[in-house]
Amino acid sequence: MNSPKKTWFAFPYILWIIGFTLIPLGLVLYYAFTGADGGFTLANVLAITEPVHLKSLWTSLKMAFLTTLICFILAYPLGLVLCSLNLKKSNFIIFLFILPMWMNFLLRTMAWQLILSTNGVLNTLLGFLHLPKVHIIYTFQAVLIGMVYDFLPFMILPIYNSLSSIGDDVVEAGKDLGAGYFTILRKIIFPLSLPGVISGITMVFVPSMTSFVISNILGGSNTLLIGNIIEQEFTYNFNWNLGSGLSFVLLVFTLISMGLMSVFDKSEGGTNKW
Amino acid sequence: MVKTWVKRLYMAFIFLLLYLPIIVLVVLSFNKSKARVTWSGFTFQWYANLFDNSRITDAFTTTLTLAFGSALAATIIGVVGAIGISAMKKRNYSIMLGATNIPMLNAEIVTALSLTLLFIRFIKLGITTVFIGHVTFGVPYVILNVLPRLRTLNKNAYEAALDLGATPLYAFFKVCWPELMPGIMSGFLMAATMSMDDFVITYFTRGPGINTISTMVYSEVKRGIQPEMYALSTLLFLLILVLLLLFNFLSGRKNSMEV
Amino acid sequence: MKHKLLIVSVLSGSLFLLGGCGYNKNNSLVVFNYGDYLDPSIIDSFEKETGIKILYEEYQSPEEMYMKYKADIVDYDVICSSDYILEKLRTEDELLPINFDNIPNAANVDEHLWEFSKTFDPENKYTIPHYWGTLGILYNTRLVDEKVDSWDILFNSKYSGQIIMENSVRDSFVPALKMLGYSINTDNTDELDEAEKILIEQRPMVQAYLLDSARDEMIAENAAIALVYSGEAPYATEYNDDLAYVVPKEGSNVWVDSWAVTKDCKNTENAEKFLNYLLRVDISKISFEYNHYGTPNKKLAEILPAKYTEDPALFPPSDVLDNCEIFRSLDRGTQDYYSKLWKEIKLD
Repeated sequence: MNSPKKTWFAFPYILWIIGFTLIPLGLVLYYAFTGADGGFTLANVLAITEPVHLKSLWTSLKMAFLTTLICFILAYPLGLVLCSLNLKKSNFIIFLFILPMWMNFLLRTMAWQLILSTNGVLNTLLGFLHLPKVHIIYTFQAVLIGMVYDFLPFMILPIYNSLSSIGDDVVEAGKDLGAGYFTILRKIIFPLSLPGVISGITMVFVPSMTSFVISNILGGSNTLLIGNIIEQEFTYNFNWNLGSGLSFVLLVFTLISMGLMSVFDKSEGGTNKW
Repeated sequence: MVKTWVKRLYMAFIFLLLYLPIIVLVVLSFNKSKARVTWSGFTFQWYANLFDNSRITDAFTTTLTLAFGSALAATIIGVVGAIGISAMKKRNYSIMLGATNIPMLNAEIVTALSLTLLFIRFIKLGITTVFIGHVTFGVPYVILNVLPRLRTLNKNAYEAALDLGATPLYAFFKVCWPELMPGIMSGFLMAATMSMDDFVITYFTRGPGINTISTMVYSEVKRGIQPEMYALSTLLFLLILVLLLLFNFLSGRKNSMEV
Repeated sequence: MKHKLLIVSVLSGSLFLLGGCGYNKNNSLVVFNYGDYLDPSIIDSFEKETGIKILYEEYQSPEEMYMKYKADIVDYDVICSSDYILEKLRTEDELLPINFDNIPNAANVDEHLWEFSKTFDPENKYTIPHYWGTLGILYNTRLVDEKVDSWDILFNSKYSGQIIMENSVRDSFVPALKMLGYSINTDNTDELDEAEKILIEQRPMVQAYLLDSARDEMIAENAAIALVYSGEAPYATEYNDDLAYVVPKEGSNVWVDSWAVTKDCKNTENAEKFLNYLLRVDISKISFEYNHYGTPNKKLAEILPAKYTEDPALFPPSDVLDNCEIFRSLDRGTQDYYSKLWKEIKLD
């Protein structure tokens, strides 16, 4: 079965990767390191140090960090709840949590615009309860809510998967040894669920750092993420070199965060499910 | 310990969060007013208009064709590729795995731009370029779903089949295929789902006259969405919900019969 | 080995099929237009009447259109865009002169629009108007106490958080430049810096920088004042009586969004048929009823009800127009300067 001839089967796929992943990325690098005149330059990459770009990079990192954190805070207890309720139909319940993803994500994001706007659903509800109106739409918080909403299922799934694969016997053993609930949670359940947590973080952090669509719809251009800047340079300012330069920086940041994740992952001895 | 009602309340809270926008969209699909911000009475008009609206039906057909076409191509490339990769030595194996992860971990906008930069050098944008884009981000899902199953495949059974005189192809389809099938299916479905929900890659690589539901919604978000769109998504949502309930009901019965 | 061949052939086959159902060059027309700027039913009826297949693509901003055209990503035949971008394309020799012998309906276009068009198309050879109008303020008469006749209302801290600006570089600079008494076509960086200063001061008072959705926010009374194009006004007032539109006394921008045929166009005959079709009175009427932007068709204007023809937002009086300027195309340096300032404003 393991004849060296069989590795040739990978050939079409290797061609595909070279043609449609590696060469395109090479082109991004090429544009990133050339100026409008075609000569070599570092200006496009160093442009990240301009105050406006640094500011937007900082906003993006903050956005990604908060999105990931909130998703985790929401998803982890949910995973515990789902596992502890010992529902007969837990698979079905899990399906119900992913079901909203089948509605087009742009439509769902737009729906948040209507929920959060000044005279929107949320404020109407608050009005009924005689509570003061809140101003959320077109702010950083609005984008954050949209991001958490869109990426939450990506955190729920892996966490639930790893939590549900923890055997009852391990938990029982902890109880027998006299550990309280939170000790068991901290010393047994959490470490065992770490691989799921890490894949969840991976699946949420990068998209929320780089998305430009959600901030476009819910941010009212008040929240410019690095993705928005790249899109703007590319489509509106026709400055592909600068756009590529910033993309390169984004690529480096993605790689760094992935690298950190895998180091962390390995040191805990977990295996990545995804 | 946490009380059960607290748990249920918490679950209900997350459900509400996830379904609130869906409720809003469903309500809008019955709104008489075209302006999304005002409610002016109940109507079925948008459902009735839906099938006459050729822009929406075209976009819907494109979305579906693209999703299943690209997922099929991704599955073929992915399964064959995975077979090759699984036979590789450790070093090449990790290299291939790393390369497979690139489109999954890379920022969507960077993937989209890099493909555009490639395409403009060789071909005009059209449905082919969107298709290539979708296959590119679909293949990794297939590979990552199929590889683990290939690794645990029972090689002895396959070799036994060869010894008994089966051709390699016959042995593959008789012995390996059934074991790989669940992985292939979930890879295919994931690739199709990702394609259906994709906006960024399509937006940058599409040619004139090509709209998916996503690109259409995006161009309309700024100006008000055609109410027929809400009707379409409500119908789709219901369809999937019904399928799911049916599936759940059937598999539930099957399980109880097995027990 | 057979296996691999099979897969390769299936793959190339599917690619070929997909490529094949692209489009037939001979009897099609690739049209590139602003988003939601043409009633889809017009495209359907044109296809039915002529048998010409239209491949229709929309863009959000003229700058995006320019990028896609110049990058040669797609061969566009006919484009509709803003005056200043068309001027730029014309000076770059990207447009084909239109053969007006084949467009008899061009006689329906109002003379004063041909006059306007001369700013960016001096001999009226390359462009045909589609919609036209002004840039002004849409405000809610119940929420705003003052008489609104000046741009300064957009900078009044009393309405902080209730102001919506255009998410488009040049439009957003118009109020500031006009308040300072400068031309909207200035390339003087000192003048632009001054305008930027005002806009940065305004920044905390702005609820959002939006495109066309500003009108929806105004209808829902989510905001009190918005910078909009005149075409948004009739739609907005239809849904909310309290809304009113005004072109400030300091002057503003008058714009003519026009059609042009690109030099990539393979079949000018089809293009001319399409342009002629759009100017037919019945078609112009559908166009007008679709989104109530100012129509260039004088034959249509003659038969429109008075509620439209007397609406100063749709048919601005000449003293207002005399006070307005048409955007001119800017050189690359000024353009880059603009985008730098714009980023600074939005990221402040």
